[in-house]
Amino acid sequence: MIAMDENDISFFKDGLRLDGRRADQLRPVKIEVGVLARADGSCYIEMGGNKVIAAVYGPREVHPRHLQEVTRAIVRYRYNMASFSVEERKRPGPDRRSYELSKVSRESLEPVILTSYFPRSVIDVFVEVLQADAGTRTAGINAAAVALADAGIPMKSMISSCAAGKVADTIVLDPMKEEDNFGQADLPIAMNPSGEITLMQMDGGLSREEFHQAVEMAMKGCRDIYEIQRKALVEKYSQLEAPAEEVKACE
Amino acid sequence: MSSVISEIRKDYLYNLILKGERADGRSFDQYREISIERDVIKKAEGSALVKLGSSQVLVGVKMQPGEPFPDSPNRGVIITNAELVPLASPTFEPGPPNEVGIELARVVDRGVRESKAVDLESLCIVPGKQVWIIFIDVHILDDCGNILDAASLGAIAALLTTKVPASKFGLGDDYMLPVKDIPIATTAIEFSDVLMFDPGVDEESIANTKLTVISTTDGNICGMQKSGTGTLKPEQIYRIVDIACEKAREIREKFLEV
Repeated sequence: MIAMDENDISFFKDGLRLDGRRADQLRPVKIEVGVLARADGSCYIEMGGNKVIAAVYGPREVHPRHLQEVTRAIVRYRYNMASFSVEERKRPGPDRRSYELSKVSRESLEPVILTSYFPRSVIDVFVEVLQADAGTRTAGINAAAVALADAGIPMKSMISSCAAGKVADTIVLDPMKEEDNFGQADLPIAMNPSGEITLMQMDGGLSREEFHQAVEMAMKGCRDIYEIQRKALVEKYSQLEAPAEEVKACE
Repeated sequence: MSSVISEIRKDYLYNLILKGERADGRSFDQYREISIERDVIKKAEGSALVKLGSSQVLVGVKMQPGEPFPDSPNRGVIITNAELVPLASPTFEPGPPNEVGIELARVVDRGVRESKAVDLESLCIVPGKQVWIIFIDVHILDDCGNILDAASLGAIAALLTTKVPASKFGLGDDYMLPVKDIPIATTAIEFSDVLMFDPGVDEESIANTKLTVISTTDGNICGMQKSGTGTLKPEQIYRIVDIACEKAREIREKFLEV
């Protein structure tokens, strides 16, 4: 991308953002449950320009064996970006960013997974970012949480994730690419429906007041996303009649 | 959080916490003794040895000219790396950095970068062709807990002693690297609704949740990272942020401001 000066862009026009959203508005979210036949659970999500797919395998046997825990299941989370998901081709394979995102994303889900039900086993979560447009970790967590539910993994609650940012000295919900690249701060969070926070990262610059405002706005975004996640799950499972139907899926 | 701790020690710490105490007698928001020794490695452009209680972290800064990134042709480059070398803890293993090491390096990097402590544009030599590359290398020597705060402190302390080695590369006289802000990372753990700052290694192993807040000289926040498999309530986060900014100010005034 050509280097742009952050002062050259105006992020707001007539009080609305570049894509016509209000400051506290999410991008359109679309969630589909059970999109992969082989996985135990799966989910496809679109959050604005992000297209992310998540699959869950397990609980299953741990390989390599020495990783297994006697009292609980371990959770593995792999965040991976497709090379074609971004403007400039990304070199395939894990990099330092994806290691960190995998770690914090896993830690955002682990608090609600009842791992003690499955000692010596592993729950694998694989997240593939097919198209990236700022907020891929939050989209990935949202999809992964739904995929876990779809896989029938016992969970204390759902997890929903969303970021708030700061552009042109204004706190905005769910920043898109332009706002993320040239904005002043980014604060992705994840939480359960009772408002306990399981992911919290921040970079940029925020005063303490702005930080409070951003956390509250991101929490509101999470609550909205939770409703969409719940609806998507209910929609899939209310349609299922007998377990026999699911066998067909793989043929 | 992966270190081995006996159940009886866990119990002991837990019972102390319920009484409002910590094993080493500190209050919940009290840091261990901090010492910073600067310029300890003469071969490095800048360096600092930080002791936080018994934790020891050595940070070295090396600089060399190189190519800028295509999307920021007029800016210098910062590359932060952390080595959790096996001499520092029975749980560290040799080999490429694991996710804990990568996270540590990236959070240290976040502090330096997002606080704009180093003016990257001043590190441009020939626009689009040649810029200064700053390597910040963190060596953990002894992990007695909270190595992240020690590493961040080491990074900024080392940058404050860094002399740009211009003469070595025929680019004029050496000069001190201009540092414009002093970001300080402060970390707290949460354990049964108690928030404890500067956790020791045992305290880290009993807590599920850790929050690091990096604040700048003007009292704003420039970076945060929650890690661990627990949850935090918003009120707990706000409380950590308030105390963290206060602690950061104290540390900055005592150790780093000239």
